[in-house]
Amino acid sequence: MDSEKRNQNYNTYVEAKVPKTKFWQALLKAFVVGGLICCVGQLFYDLYAYWFPTLSEAQLGSAMLSTIIAITAILTGLGIFDWIGAFAGAGSVIPITGFANSIVSPSMEFKKEGIIFGICVKMFSIAGPVIVCGVVGSVLAGLIYLII
Amino acid sequence: MFSTNKQTVIFNNKPRIIGNFSIGGPLESKGPIKDYLHYKLEDDTLNESSFEKAERKLLEHIIFGAIDNANLQLDDIDALLGGDLLNQIISSSFAARKFGITFIGLYSACATMAESLALGACLVDRQVFKKVCCATASHFSSAERQYRFPLELGNQRPPTSQWTVTGGGASILSHEGKGPMITSATFGKVVDFGIKDVNNMGACMAPAAMDTITTHLQGTNSKVEDYDLIATGDLGKLGSEILVDLLERKGIKLGQNYSDCGNLIYNKREKVFMGGSGSGCSATVFNSYILHKLRNGDFKKVLLVATGALLSTTTTQQGDSIPGIAHAVCIEGGE
Repeated sequence: MDSEKRNQNYNTYVEAKVPKTKFWQALLKAFVVGGLICCVGQLFYDLYAYWFPTLSEAQLGSAMLSTIIAITAILTGLGIFDWIGAFAGAGSVIPITGFANSIVSPSMEFKKEGIIFGICVKMFSIAGPVIVCGVVGSVLAGLIYLII
Repeated sequence: MFSTNKQTVIFNNKPRIIGNFSIGGPLESKGPIKDYLHYKLEDDTLNESSFEKAERKLLEHIIFGAIDNANLQLDDIDALLGGDLLNQIISSSFAARKFGITFIGLYSACATMAESLALGACLVDRQVFKKVCCATASHFSSAERQYRFPLELGNQRPPTSQWTVTGGGASILSHEGKGPMITSATFGKVVDFGIKDVNNMGACMAPAAMDTITTHLQGTNSKVEDYDLIATGDLGKLGSEILVDLLERKGIKLGQNYSDCGNLIYNKREKVFMGGSGSGCSATVFNSYILHKLRNGDFKKVLLVATGALLSTTTTQQGDSIPGIAHAVCIEGGE
């Protein structure tokens, strides 16, 4: 039996043997935790609207997002956020919390390699692709908008 | 010393393991082998400023511990054989800096403990060296940093993933003295069955373990039943099941005497998924539980088959499949 065929057979065999992620359980956890994070966000939004009635909707949104980012950064620093992430999966990744965590965690991890080569270089090692996709996506959307 | 099939080596002079030492991290010290460990770490940073430095210090402690356990001085050791998982095997070479003795750096990923024992036994059997120290360690946090994601990143691990052991062990081999004997060893071939999933190391390494076990049994003309324990290094739960299947297809049936160090080291399945891994996995279990049982006579003959996945983050990102290797060492109890 040639090695390519052997490898193919082996991969098929392994795939059948691998335990699958519990789909519904993961979905439920993500929904509940993600929903809770959004509720906390809404709470801050309403509080800011109550405390500072002069703020516009956009300003209220920014203030709420900044608060959530700050809370995530602190929870990451305290070593709590990775538990939430391991439990909730996409539930904690999709909101702004996942983005904040992905910037703070490599910054902490690579502090030992110095400020420039450690923190500054590694800070965007996980969030970088998201930023690139965001920028490229918005350029494409802009081009389409220009043509229409 | 002679070789029967270009891989298996039979030792005429039967090098002895006259001393050994093992250290387990905080999680490992709660596992099933806790009573056999020589030292239990409460703080996995070892008061160092980085995890790389902690791993280095861990290895220094292990080597000193083993020399002490054999009632020897540093001057009595002719050479140090060792390796670890970090790039350029920095933990071993930087630890060796402290000892000022001959250092032979080895790398077979998680199979390094068996590789160092096999090579050390060759050197001692031929009396190239009289006494050598074989040492290997790994650290969960430094391995995560090198191979995967930052520790505080809130990501989920796939169910097939394994947990790198914080810990390690060292054995002192000698041409004379008392202790378990290394009677034969098989150096493995690099085997690749085309698995590309970095989160499924067990499946990558199982074919290599199959190859080495088959070769060793043929080369030493022995059967599975001859061993009180056949222990693979870190195949984990899934990898062990695959190995049992693969060997069965070759007509070799592993029985109750088969176990995997990655399954022996932890008891909490939820957190570690498929079990332990890392170069420290087989090193810790061998130098604590297995050697203890060999010394007190519970085991008469043991085959340690440490398994390693020879990948780097570069090869993975470039789409290469993951080659595996397994080295086997046969140890027999003795006065």
